Amino acid sequence: MTITAPSAATARPGAGMKVALFATCANDVMFPQTPIATVKLLERLGCRVEFPMEQTCCGQIFANTGYFDEAVGSVKTFLRAFERYEYIVGPSGSCVGAVRHQHEMLARRAAGDRVGDRVAAVASRTYDVSEFLVDVLGVTDVGAYFPHRVTYHPSCHSVRIAKVGDKPYQLLKAVRGLDLIELPNAEQCCGMGGTFSLKNPDVSTAMAGDKARNVASTGAEYLCAGDNLCLLNISGVLNRTKAGVKPIHLVEILAHSEGDN
Amino acid sequence: MGTELERLTPAPPEGDLLDSPRFPQAAKTELANHQQRTNLRHATTTIRNKRARVVGELSNWQDLRDAGEAIKTRVGRHLDEYLLQFEENFTKAGGHVHWARDAEEANRIVVALVKDTGQEEIVKVKSMVTQEIDMNEALEAEGIAAWETDLAELIVQLGHDRPSHIVVPALHRNRSEVREIFLKEMGRYGTPPPDDLDDQPKNLAGAARVHLREKFMRAKTSTSGANFAIAETGSLVVVESEGNGRMCLTLPDTLISVVGIEKILPTFDDLEVFLQLLPRSSTGERMNPYTSVWTGTTDGDGPKNVHVVLVDNGRTNVLADPEGRAALRCIRCSACLNICPVYERVGGHAYGSVYPGPIGAILNPQLRGTDSEIDRSLPFASSLCGACNEVCPVKIPISDLLVHERHKVVEAKKKDPPHIPHTAEPQIMAAAAWVMDDHRHLELAGKGSELGSRVLGGLLGWKKIGPLPPPLSRWTDARDVPMLPEQTFRDWWKQNRETKK
Repeated sequence: MTITAPSAATARPGAGMKVALFATCANDVMFPQTPIATVKLLERLGCRVEFPMEQTCCGQIFANTGYFDEAVGSVKTFLRAFERYEYIVGPSGSCVGAVRHQHEMLARRAAGDRVGDRVAAVASRTYDVSEFLVDVLGVTDVGAYFPHRVTYHPSCHSVRIAKVGDKPYQLLKAVRGLDLIELPNAEQCCGMGGTFSLKNPDVSTAMAGDKARNVASTGAEYLCAGDNLCLLNISGVLNRTKAGVKPIHLVEILAHSEGDN
Repeated sequence: MGTELERLTPAPPEGDLLDSPRFPQAAKTELANHQQRTNLRHATTTIRNKRARVVGELSNWQDLRDAGEAIKTRVGRHLDEYLLQFEENFTKAGGHVHWARDAEEANRIVVALVKDTGQEEIVKVKSMVTQEIDMNEALEAEGIAAWETDLAELIVQLGHDRPSHIVVPALHRNRSEVREIFLKEMGRYGTPPPDDLDDQPKNLAGAARVHLREKFMRAKTSTSGANFAIAETGSLVVVESEGNGRMCLTLPDTLISVVGIEKILPTFDDLEVFLQLLPRSSTGERMNPYTSVWTGTTDGDGPKNVHVVLVDNGRTNVLADPEGRAALRCIRCSACLNICPVYERVGGHAYGSVYPGPIGAILNPQLRGTDSEIDRSLPFASSLCGACNEVCPVKIPISDLLVHERHKVVEAKKKDPPHIPHTAEPQIMAAAAWVMDDHRHLELAGKGSELGSRVLGGLLGWKKIGPLPPPLSRWTDARDVPMLPEQTFRDWWKQNRETKK
């Protein structure tokens, strides 16, 4: 276990606060730039970030497909990795939502109430980055600079499972230079839905196509969201239409400061 | 009319509902119907905007939802007592109560009751449960014509079609299609439309009005469903928009109401909650134009013979599942259909049932079991976006129930391998679970895919991953996928943070 050295300024909102990073499996393997940005952002705000190496996955791919027994290993691994922390922060509304919404049910089913209670307690200390910044650290202006036209897709699980509300908008609005453009039909699903996109490929593609058209209609340079798999889905279609809209995770914008490329 | 026809009423489309192909295939067919997609998007967008507006007017909407949930949950807990109380009060008021375990028994009772009247035709108030049990076809087989009188149900019936929506059955049709159906079919079954019928809604409604008027005035027997059945008073309640229901409920001598056993409300006062929740959720109206409440018979007023057929047809099976039973709270408002991005694109027919959309995806496998392919595929006909949960007026946690039903399907698959039609999904899931059970396994797998991605990328000069083999081709057929990065986050952390220890 490593502890990052806190930087000088103690007046920073996260000063002295120890935070465990829940990178999520997809970010770890496919989108490392997002957890890297999360580390840099939290450190800039004064937090001491730790990355428990035992962590793997939230298990929702199993649970949501109906494989409850197969999800239990992920729940136990999460408990082992994070139980000792007061704050657990992840750059994914979907995975954080799964931890808070499903882990307790899966644990009680498989291992009874004692483990269920422990799992519920850890889940209650698990935050999406946007919630942690606004609710725990009490900041909306994180000192970011991003001089671009950006449209935001509120991913379904961020909004309806993790219930992050308008926190991502509050954070984006405080970014200097950023021009936030409203996305038509913003709250309609992009059609990703984990294994839904494989089990119902035609419906999923129709949904992704409509979402991509709405994104392209904004004229934004960047499509931003709090979940990389939604971005992967939408930009996968956008890329084919040569719309030229680049996907970017919310945290990567927030971590961007003057002087960055 | 009638002599050249083999049937009394327009024949529905070929094939039983349960023969529908499984959802993904049915959806593909429906998606290809571009006119229907346009109609569906227009209609669902209009209704959900109206709903949002009138729901937003009420400061106590969440309290009303809580009350609706609580009342319906209580009904589920004491269903046996409330049903007996209803039977006692309905009988006391001069009505007759019949019990039906399944569709066949319900149809047998209805056919016998109509035959007792000596009538060869009936008029119908729009009703989901009579669709569920396929009552029209049972009557047709016995030489009795059943006429739909709800405008949208009339369009569906004359169009040899099936309903696509619970509240707005002809939602998938636009007015020029309606005009064609009327011109082609109306005259074969009654009063024809005027020859110069255009597609103005006013004129289409006018043609239907004249066509239906003849049937209302002639009818001696009618059937209805009920939105609510009140245990305390033995009353039945029908909520509607057009007034055709009131014609059927008041003009004939005999009224036969077919009602699902879950429609019970304990007291008359409970109606207050639902008469606010239902119209706002379903049609986006503050109040529906017609609410009919009847309690037995009254001399010189309304039908002289009043019957109710209380139908189980799988409902007690739903009640037996402590988690799944929340679906029985459903008041058939369709708010979940109108908000659902999947329903919006494929419409109701792909669900292979009279109950489409998110509620259909959880209710059908519970009512009918998961022996058929369509019922096994329905719980997966959702991206779990959760929009349905938020609009449900009785707070059914639909996306949780979808996952619950998926689990049941998976367990059945695992126990009964013949149910697995050439899919390696359980083995893939087991392998993936092994990867996620321990971070060392994940690191190993990460190395493997990263290596593969890099070798392919290097060899072929790819910046993105090309077409992948099935089942992943379902993804890459429509989307580009970027190459995997050269370094996992874990490795970055080891290099950039752990070494600074």
